[in-house]
Formats: sequence, C-alpha cells, structure tokens
Amino acid sequence: MKLKLHIWRQAGPEAPGKFHVYEMDDVSPDMSFLEMLDVLNENLQEKNEEPVTFDHDCREGICGTCGMVINGAPHGPQKLTTTCQLHMRSFKDGDELWLEPWRASAFPVVKDLMVDRSAFDRIINAGGYVSVNTGGIVDANAIPIQKHVADQAFDAATCIGCGACVAACPNASASLFTSAKMGHLGLLPQGQPERLSRAQNMVAQMDDEGFGHCTNHGECEAACPKGISIDFIAMMNRDLTKGVTKEPVTR
Amino acid sequence: MKLESNIPDGPLAEKWDKHKFDLKLVNPANKRKYTVIVVGTGLAGASAAATLSELGYNVKAFCYQDSARRAHSIAAQGGINAAKNYQNDGDSVWRLFYDTVKGGDFRAREANVYRLSQVSVNIIDQCVAQGVPFAREYGGLLDNRSFGGAQVSRTFYARGQTGQQLLLGAYQALQKQVAKGGVELHTRHEMLDVVLVDGEARGIVTRDLVSGKIESHAAHAVCLATGGYGNVFFLSTNAMNCNVTAAYRAYKHGAAFANPCYTQIHPTCIPVSGDHQSKLTLMSESLRNDGRVWVPKAKGDTRPPHEIPEDERDYYLERKYPSFGNLSPRDIASRSAKEACDEGRGVGPSGYGVYLDFRDAINRLGEDAIRARYGNLFEMYERITDENPYQVPMRIYPAVHYTMGGLWVDYNLMTSIPGLYALGEANFSDHGANRLGASALMQGLADGYFVIPATINDYLARQKPVPVTTDAAEFKEAERRVTEHNQKLLDVNGSRTVDSFHKELGKIMWEKCGMARNKEGLEWALKRIPELREEFWRDVKVLGAAETTNQSLEKAGRVADFMEFGELMCLDALEREESCGGHFREEHQTDEGEAKRNDADFAYVSAWEFKGVGERPALHKEQLEFENVELATRSYK
Repeated sequence: MKLKLHIWRQAGPEAPGKFHVYEMDDVSPDMSFLEMLDVLNENLQEKNEEPVTFDHDCREGICGTCGMVINGAPHGPQKLTTTCQLHMRSFKDGDELWLEPWRASAFPVVKDLMVDRSAFDRIINAGGYVSVNTGGIVDANAIPIQKHVADQAFDAATCIGCGACVAACPNASASLFTSAKMGHLGLLPQGQPERLSRAQNMVAQMDDEGFGHCTNHGECEAACPKGISIDFIAMMNRDLTKGVTKEPVTR
Repeated sequence: MKLESNIPDGPLAEKWDKHKFDLKLVNPANKRKYTVIVVGTGLAGASAAATLSELGYNVKAFCYQDSARRAHSIAAQGGINAAKNYQNDGDSVWRLFYDTVKGGDFRAREANVYRLSQVSVNIIDQCVAQGVPFAREYGGLLDNRSFGGAQVSRTFYARGQTGQQLLLGAYQALQKQVAKGGVELHTRHEMLDVVLVDGEARGIVTRDLVSGKIESHAAHAVCLATGGYGNVFFLSTNAMNCNVTAAYRAYKHGAAFANPCYTQIHPTCIPVSGDHQSKLTLMSESLRNDGRVWVPKAKGDTRPPHEIPEDERDYYLERKYPSFGNLSPRDIASRSAKEACDEGRGVGPSGYGVYLDFRDAINRLGEDAIRARYGNLFEMYERITDENPYQVPMRIYPAVHYTMGGLWVDYNLMTSIPGLYALGEANFSDHGANRLGASALMQGLADGYFVIPATINDYLARQKPVPVTTDAAEFKEAERRVTEHNQKLLDVNGSRTVDSFHKELGKIMWEKCGMARNKEGLEWALKRIPELREEFWRDVKVLGAAETTNQSLEKAGRVADFMEFGELMCLDALEREESCGGHFREEHQTDEGEAKRNDADFAYVSAWEFKGVGERPALHKEQLEFENVELATRSYK
C-alpha cells in the first residue's frame, strides 16, 4: 500500500521542529509500524538524507522504550498495543499519517520523535521502592498474601513506563504512571511501612518535574498499552490525603 | 595467558561457604574509598550496582537505554528457577545442580553451577521482599510451575512477564541507591572501551548517546553485565540494540572469550514475514504441550493446511521421537524443523516455517479449554500474523534466543584481566552448551545480588584505598582510539547502509553457524566474513556527525564489532569437533541423527585470546573436571 507520512523532525531540544512529508510506496500490511519506519530510514539514507530518530528496543511491547503519537493517538489506533506491536494492516492504502513525539514540557524532545523521560526515573527515586537491602530477608513464604490482593498489585505493576499516559493527558499529568507504582507497592504487605511517605514524596516529585494535575479526563487509561486503571489514581489521592493529615513529610 | 579457575578445594557443597570465609574483606569505613563501575542495568547489572552500593562502595552504573528499567532482561517471559522445594516434590539444591549440569550437556563447571543452585533460594526471598508480585495460590503462598529439563515444579513466575517484574525489583533497588547518592547512574551512555592501567582494569570510555561526547570514567574495578551476542545473527529474539561491543572490546584488550559457538536456538518463534523483518518474537514453548508439529509429506505442497489430508502430513517429531514427540528438547525440535524446510517441505510464504496445529486439541478439549490455557499467546500471534490460530495452524520457526558463551571468568567472576568482572549472560560460566528454561534470570540475579558482592572485596582489598582519576595517559589514549574509530566509520562515506551489511553477516552466520554446522560451511564463512568486513570498511554509509545524537553511528560501531566477532564464533565452532547442546556439528551425530559428544577430547572450555584483527586467536583450554556427576548421554527417545 501507499502512505503519506508527516513526520516531526527536530534537530535538538532547542532547535525549531516541523513536519516533513515522506511518501511511502509498497508498504506491506505484515510490517510492524517500526519496520515501516526502518524501510523509510533505509530509503532516506540511500538518498543521503539523515534517518528519522526514534526510540525503540525490544519490539515485543514490554520494554516501554518506543512510543509516538500517531494521528493524535499515543501508540496509534489499536487498543492495548505499543507502537512496536502495531502492524500496518491497521491502516489502508492512501492513508495520511501524522507522527509526533510525546508532547509534554516534562518530556523535552531529544531529537525528532525521541524524548527525554528521565523525569519518570526521578519520580521513582522519590520513593518508588521498598527500602530493603540485599540479604537478611525472611523466607519468601513467611508472609502469605491474599491472591486477589497480589493480582491487583500485579495489575498496577504491569506499567512499562512508556509515557503514553502523559502524552494522552490534556494536562500532561503523570498521575497514572505515579499511581501505578504506588498501587503496586501500596497493596502489598512489603510496601506498607513507607506507604504514606511514598505517596507524599512521589506526588511532590511529579509536581516538581512539571507534570500537570489529574482532572479526571481518563485519556490516560484509554491510551495505556497495558490497560492500567485510573482506580489507582483514586488510591493515590486517598493515600496522599491520609499521609498529609496523619504522617506529614517535611520536605 | 594462564587460566586459573580458582575453584575452591573441598567437598562441592562446602566450597562456596569456605571460599567466602577465605576471601579478603574491605572494612566498612574503607568501602567508601573504592569506586566500582557496573556496565549494563539488566538483572545482573542492576542487582550488582544496587548491592555494591548498599555495602558502601561508590558505584557508577551505565546503560545505553534511556532508563535502567528497559534492559532486555525485561522481555523474559517464563520464570525463574529456585530450589525451594515448596511443592514437596523432591527438589533440592543438589537436584537443581544436577539438572543444570546435565541440561548444559556436561560442559559447565560443577562448582559454579552448585553455587548457583545454592543462592537460588535467597533470590526468591529477596525479590518478594522488594515487592515482586509472583503468582500465588489461594492460600496466599507462592505458586510454581514446571519447565523443560526438570521433573519437579521449581519455577516461580509472574504471569507471562517474570523478567519485567524481576527487573523492576532490581531497578527500584538501584534507583533507591541513586536517590541516596550511592550510585551515579549514566543512562544513554554506551561503553566503547575498557581502560587498563598497568595491566589492570581501571575504567571505561563511554559515548554519551545524546551529545555524542566521549568521556572517561575511572574506578578500582569494572563489572561488565552487558548481555549476550545473539544479534550477530541480525534476526534474533534479542532487543534491537543488544550488542557484543563491551565484551568484544574487553576481549581485544586481553580478556579471554569462552565458548563463543554455544548459542541457543529456540524452536517456537513466529517465522520471518519478509525482507523488512527486524526481529523475531518468541511463542512460549508451553504451546507444544497441545500443538502438533507437522509439514506436508510432499515437497512444494502449497495447498492450504486444511486441504492436506491426514495421510499426506508428516508429524515428524512424533515419527522420529515417538516417546517425547512434540515435547522433544529445544535443540532437537529446532534442528528437525530446519531439516524439513531444507528439504523443501516448509510452509508459509517464505517456505521457512512448520505448522503447530491445535486442531486435534480443540476437537478433544474444546476451544474454550485451549483459550484458557493459551489465550494471550493466541492473541499475540494473531496481532502479528493476522491469522486466527483457532482456525488455521500456527506457523513457527526456530530463532536465536540466548548465548551461553561469553567472557571467560574464574570462580570469582573475574575475567582474565585483573579487576575486570563479567556477570550474567555476558559471562560463560553456568549453562555449559545449553541453558535450561527459567535459568537465565536465576543466573543474572545470583551473580548480581550474591556472588559479585562477596567476591569483589577480595580484589579491592588488595588495591590501595586512594581516589582514582582519569589522569593516566591510558585514558587519553583510549578516548583517542574511540574517537578515531567513530570518525573512521563516518569518513567511509560509501554506498551501503549499516543494516544491509548487518543483514548479510546475519545470513552467513545463520546458514553456516546456526542450528547445524559443518566443516565446509564454517570454512566458507571464515573466508567470507573477512571479505565482508573489508567491504564494510570500504563501502559503509553512515550519515550525520559524531558529536550529536546519531543512531546510525551507534549501530555502525556495533556491527563493526560483530564483523570481527562472527569470525571468532565460526572458528570456535570449527575447532569443536563434537556435537554438544546448542552446538551441532553434522559430522558428529549418531546413526539416528542425535548429537554425539566427545568427552575424551572435548570436555574443556575453549577460551580464546585475541591476537589481532584477521589473525588467528590463541586457544586456551580449561579442562572440566566432573567429580560429582557421571557424564551420560542425554536420551530423548
């Protein structure tokens, strides 16, 4: 099939960017979206044009490296699917596609479709862990955990940290990402001791990074390739309120 | 070069405890005076960096990804083995040890494997304490499943994403130490050289993948946890950016490379769909419990599968291995698929595929039962191929999955360069010639959480506790070498892209050094690869500049190393005149086509010493001693 691609090209964080138009002939429906871009890049290089920069690695939908906005939708039109797992049969001959990087001031563009998501790591640094060191641990079966609780914690833990939630949110909020980690740890017995301080510290860091607030649009859940529920945002807000009132953290 | 394995004396079960007592320690107040570099943040690297920092060492960690959480350990699906015996089914440290040595076709060190089995139980405790959400029973305790190569259920799992959950545990431990100031983490940094001062590893040279800046980093010791080299084949189940560069450049400085020809080919992957293919996707081996593998009996039969009558189908695994049938081991299943396709009986558009058919299981159990067992896998298959496996048989083909070979290390995980360590898939130590399922995660975390934190003290205690700097001339020299290498790649300004060379190399490796190897093919490859390498350096086209974000340049550097490394793999495969585990030499098989090991002549580790590009490396042999298990032939019939 033939496609017309409008791709955001930007040389660096400070450089102005704009859409460039590329015509693609002979796109196979069996290609993944990123393989289609690989072909484009091979063609560009043959014409001595610099290839389009985009982040990608595992191409199995689990590492969270890839991601771009395709016709206004983070990771494109298919639900519960990362960009690397999207296939060209989702499109039809003659389609025009607009490819953009995640748009958020907390995710500055590095080059073309690649952005800097290090703000996510800094949110984790603020408390997205259980403070135990290696060794001196009780037996793994010493603390039974109800299956439905473990399963719910798992649902939160499936977050791959891709940033689609931020790109989808009109406020560029990182609430779904942040609350997913808090939900994962906060539901498990191992995460209880730091639960309330974790909520306060991670939310404060999210604010410091320049992410917006959650105003219940729900776009994040719709865009999330792992289908993480905004129920975790409600849980986060509850822990935050409880923490601020019962065990306030001074920063 | 003299290879000292430093395996402790004494009975197998007491070696590790005795060794830990004999190793020198660094006192707590002195630990902060030492700096350790850890390259790679997968399971081995992240767990090592976090633990060394917790002990009090200054740690500098590096990864090429934009976040430490994205290392390729994340893609592991099945699980992690541990000898917990929670199922009361007769498991023990000894049984895990025995299964692993046997599964590796008796080409691993007994002492290393026994230690791995011992610490496996601590890994599970550690992960649970970090909040890793392993699967649980209704009673609230941990669940286990069984896996290939074992008759007990010892595999802990987290849905189909055990790798991601374990890595998040290690990543969070790492970020905890970053927040405390104990780890200086450099993401989007690729290690391009190791720096030796007076023959000992004293630092690395990296390229900042955003700015392109070449930087030096000094330390008292360097740990490489940089993964495997499956991408030498271009198509593999590895992530796109996995590479051999860190390990290979250490090899060029004198670190011996062990058993490079041991690669694992996984039998059940989705076949290549065209020239655009960039990577291969694994379908869980568990599908072979209910799927039947077949190809048409006649060559070139292009009828759709449902039109091929029963008596014109060849269920070749059931025919050749009646007792194991479709559950034959990975290496056998992979080679048999290749044979069928090479005979012209492969299916699908490319002819490189075999059917994995669920028709009989669906008729027997109903579609709902199959959906309950494999629903998510069937969905993934349909997303990629656009075919409904409930209605038409899946098409599968083997793909490169894991590399058992790696940098040679002693019992302390130190390479043949003092102060340079290798952890996880980057070393060669525990899996012999074939790795069992769910053992890669175990080894990565064993090395990082428990082995290196104990063994590295012994080396550091011998170093002066004075700050290290990058002032030595060797750092400047390494920076110059790396800068020139990159500039040379940009200056070729030829006509072919990096990928086109990588694909050509991958094809050579796959055809001549893949599932089955023979003398003629390997000799041809050893002639052809140097020619291709010469063409690469004469005609590669790398656009853009060195001092900026440049993915083509990153890739070019990695492929340049694969161009040399591929030759080493072929040489190793040629020299090993036997078949063992993932290494199948067509000349060495039984009348029934089984692998024929030669313990009398080849029960050794091949450790190669670099002698120059295009020069024959020197082979050093570390004899393997089996004092606790009896060498036996693996039988599948």
